[in-house]
Amino acid sequence: MANLKPPLPRALRPKPKGPSEDNGHTKTGPKDKLAEKGIATIDWIDERTSLSGGARWLMFRKIPKGTNWFYTLGSATMFAFLSQAVTGVILAMYYDPSATRAYESMRYLTNEVFLGEFVRGMHKWGSTVMVILVFLHMGRTFFFGAYKYPRELNWVIGVVLLILTLFMGFTGYLLPFDQRSFWATQVGLAINGTGPLVGPYLSDFARAGPEFGVTTLSRFYALHMLVLPGLIAAMIGAHLYLVARLGTTAPPWMKAEIPADSRKDDA
Amino acid sequence: MARERKPPKKKKTTEEARIPGAFEGETVTRRRFMTGTAHTAGGIAVTAFTLPAIALAAAPVFEKHETHWEAVGPVADFPDDTYIPRTLTLVRGIGDVGKSTVYIRKYSTQLDDEERDEYNEYIAISTRCMHLGCPVRFVAASERFICPCHGGVYDFQGKVDGGPPVRPLDRFYTRVRNGNVEVGPRFSVNSELKRFSPRDPGMPLDGIGQYLYPARPTARKLPGT
Repeated sequence: MANLKPPLPRALRPKPKGPSEDNGHTKTGPKDKLAEKGIATIDWIDERTSLSGGARWLMFRKIPKGTNWFYTLGSATMFAFLSQAVTGVILAMYYDPSATRAYESMRYLTNEVFLGEFVRGMHKWGSTVMVILVFLHMGRTFFFGAYKYPRELNWVIGVVLLILTLFMGFTGYLLPFDQRSFWATQVGLAINGTGPLVGPYLSDFARAGPEFGVTTLSRFYALHMLVLPGLIAAMIGAHLYLVARLGTTAPPWMKAEIPADSRKDDA
Repeated sequence: MARERKPPKKKKTTEEARIPGAFEGETVTRRRFMTGTAHTAGGIAVTAFTLPAIALAAAPVFEKHETHWEAVGPVADFPDDTYIPRTLTLVRGIGDVGKSTVYIRKYSTQLDDEERDEYNEYIAISTRCMHLGCPVRFVAASERFICPCHGGVYDFQGKVDGGPPVRPLDRFYTRVRNGNVEVGPRFSVNSELKRFSPRDPGMPLDGIGQYLYPARPTARKLPGT
């Protein structure tokens, strides 16, 4: 119970040690050295790029009261896209986009390759999950009123992303090249063709000719794994930028908090 | 009230604007000129690679396909009261995907009332459903073509009997060479079985349909038919 002495007057207290002085707490284990190396590396990069400011701007944002699990649907959609990108790249290593060999390459991948069926399944079911998540995210935005000023442009970008996602689904559906995907694509192209005046030309463009031909499959493949993912990635970038810039909205049931003094001014 | 017209404004030269190093009579600053040149050069460079790339992607729309005739069997094989299925190669080089079934019969004098010419002594019906392109099959017992997808039904002549199809089944030109029936290019028909240039499924040809869904410039019905 030695601590029960009265505190020393301020003037008599020993000065606290500065941050550079050895205060007896400095850790010098191998772990600490490693951490120091890591920090030094990050510092080295940051000194040359000033990325930390941007990272802080993006990651450490103020969010409104009442933010809840519904606000994770956008991130969930993005992670679904990332999952599709990673599994899709690996699937492309096994896939052969030719009308005579596509089905055989998919059969080989599914039945013979280690984890082939699993990764293909992730890609196939992941696409459905992504479409569902896009719509849930859209519903959240709509019902929470998060599309209103100043976020209209982000809604528009979101709609473009929705359309691109559906294009991804349509072009990807053909690639396994079994009976179901072939006839579903025939039907889809016929529906597309019923648009007056331009429909017939759009169909011919998508199909690379009047009939399902030699290059139709490779055309769908190029769209599916180069054009559309590139556009989606760019659009996600713009979408996220606007989210970080404009912030998220509070749920509609939260009351606006007016500071006490400004309330007085109103009265 | 006639307003007096202002005299056209004379362009200010850089000399008058007191820009250092200005030449006599110069109206565009060198900075402006360089900016314009750089933008133009960039624009030309981008156009130079995008235009050919887009043209390459769109080229198949304008590519003309040669029509070919394919022998499907001797004339004696095809009666006029039922259809005989034959497999045609519509697109070469892609294996089974390029093949399609065609139903063929002889022109029936009791049933068919189209004008006879050298191309319809035998009638070849495409199996592409005119709703959305699924494969129809001929059911001999009911003398009808039935589509498995959305319930399209066509009668013995290929005219719509029920369901969603918007026009009768497409046909192919046929001719007889050396005792063999040959099947040629595809054509579409309206509800009176009048010949039209081939259209895709889902495109009606009655009324204004033929104008709403223009034919391809690259695939026309045979001249004079």
